[in-house]
Amino acid sequence: MSTVVAPAREAVRTADRVAAARRRVSLGETLGQTLTMAWRALKKMRRNPEQFFDVALQPILFTAMFAFVFGGAVAGDVASYLPLMIPGILAQTVLTTCMATGTQLREDMEKGVFDRFKSLPIARIAPLAGPMVADLLRYAIAATLTFGMGLVMGYRPGGGVGGVLGAILLAICTGWSLAWAFTWVGTIARSAQAVQGISMMILFPLTFLSNAFVRVETLPGWLAAFVRVNPVSHLVTAARDLANKALLSGEVAWTLLACLIAIAIFAPLSVRSYKRHM
Amino acid sequence: MSITELGRPGGDLSPGGGTDPAVRTEGLVKTFGAHRAVDGIDLVVRPGEIFGVLGPNGAGKTTTLRMLATLLTIDAGRAEIFGVDVAANPHVIRQLVGVTGQYASVDENLTARENLWLFSRLQGIAAPRARRIATELLGQFGLEKAADKPIAQFSGGMRRRLDLAASLITMPPLIFLDEPTTGLDPRTRGQMWDTIRGLVADGCTVLLTTQYLDEADQLADRVAVIDHGRKVAEGTPDELKTAVGNSTLQLLLAEPGEVPAAVEVVRRVLGSEPVLSPEQGRLNVALDQADLAADVLIALRTAGVSISSVSVAKPSLDEVFLALTGHETGDDETGASGGEEDR
Repeated sequence: MSTVVAPAREAVRTADRVAAARRRVSLGETLGQTLTMAWRALKKMRRNPEQFFDVALQPILFTAMFAFVFGGAVAGDVASYLPLMIPGILAQTVLTTCMATGTQLREDMEKGVFDRFKSLPIARIAPLAGPMVADLLRYAIAATLTFGMGLVMGYRPGGGVGGVLGAILLAICTGWSLAWAFTWVGTIARSAQAVQGISMMILFPLTFLSNAFVRVETLPGWLAAFVRVNPVSHLVTAARDLANKALLSGEVAWTLLACLIAIAIFAPLSVRSYKRHM
Repeated sequence: MSITELGRPGGDLSPGGGTDPAVRTEGLVKTFGAHRAVDGIDLVVRPGEIFGVLGPNGAGKTTTLRMLATLLTIDAGRAEIFGVDVAANPHVIRQLVGVTGQYASVDENLTARENLWLFSRLQGIAAPRARRIATELLGQFGLEKAADKPIAQFSGGMRRRLDLAASLITMPPLIFLDEPTTGLDPRTRGQMWDTIRGLVADGCTVLLTTQYLDEADQLADRVAVIDHGRKVAEGTPDELKTAVGNSTLQLLLAEPGEVPAAVEVVRRVLGSEPVLSPEQGRLNVALDQADLAADVLIALRTAGVSISSVSVAKPSLDEVFLALTGHETGDDETGASGGEEDR
């Protein structure tokens, strides 16, 4: 029986390590870890540029398609449909982008590196929040391209540069907040495909049962009732007011409130299910 | 330090003068549905030793390690690391333990250097020091040349080394290695063994799992043999091997019908029972010394038992298992194929 007697130096060092161990993660550490995770996500984006395809193509394609298909029917002609539609496309694009957040998180979580993240003394929220911070870049690209495409097609926003920037900022903010819901789906679903499927089922009613592409007045009463409370409608109205009139309406407050509620519900749910997972 | 004090979340963490075991588990249990993957395991790992957990696939080795590393919740029983309760203080445990998994847990999208940088920064190491540590570890593990290449181009052995390097960034006093050499070629395996010995020389305690008796023999000071989620034996590698003899005589009889006669001969010559293999006409005879094989063979010739093949081998894990549990490593249908060992 070989009895290993630990050298005294080691015993002291281990004792020191146990004594020096922090009991929990501080807010500052959490922030730092989240930013480090965001750095990782940005590196990953740079090495897999195909991730930007949906962000880049969707606003360009959808803006053109919707304008030419619905323009005449909804607003008489394409040019007068644009002020109504561009903020709608903005909301839709940003929501699609945040759906990808959940799918990619799911794919990422299946890789071995997440095991290491879990075994490290870091805030449980950091591996979830990090990629979301990096995703701000994708929202910004998507939103800018939407307006860019609108400008190319002849859209002249009445709100000027300030109004448009305000609308973009609000859309990014909403996208980031709602992404927590998809992150949660990402942590509970069994596969990336499942995340995609579930997210689509959430996303389609949210974007199409809103005032993004048509006026609420044209809808039947029961549908109009849902459309009016849909947070996407608030975002679209707020973005229209900002981009077309540089008007900071009460809709902005409603949108931000919906964002806060989404974060308050889905951020804790995500962390909880991430902790349980695997 | 009293049990109640340890169990209280946020209780006193100061160790009892460094005399606590590196790991102590009592009646550790993990169930997946109806399957008890870990079924009441008691372990004590002393500071400064290499402790091996030996067992076949699905025995519950990885599950045990993952519970101790806070990657899985503990369903019943308790576990302490350096006197700190694992379930109550996961964040403290994560600062004391470095984990290297069965599958390399490094980021495929980053280079080796970026990986080490990422894990350093996450653990609050300032940027200049993180850079220095990354360079040092890359050198120590012979990865300088590949430092700035994407991991996707790495061989299995390189990934394992990087994975181990990532576990050593903060020099944790306790290191868990889950099957550190499974799937490595013999040369890389030897290098990994040297690295593991070096860790202990630096003052770390190592808890490793392995499927190879050979590996436990080479590395471990003490070994626990696990089967179906239970500990079936514990001791030094020498003690374990003595249980099955120092070497094994493997006999294949020309006539399977002569097995009872052969058993009788072995019993007479060695005074011990041979182990019958499920394969027809095959016998494994545990030997204290390899040269006793000749005595057995001569006696068999005299008794007129004809042999179609003969070999003398070191005891394998299979034989240790057979001797300790009375069944072979491959026949556990509940655990081996279930995916719970992996995730």
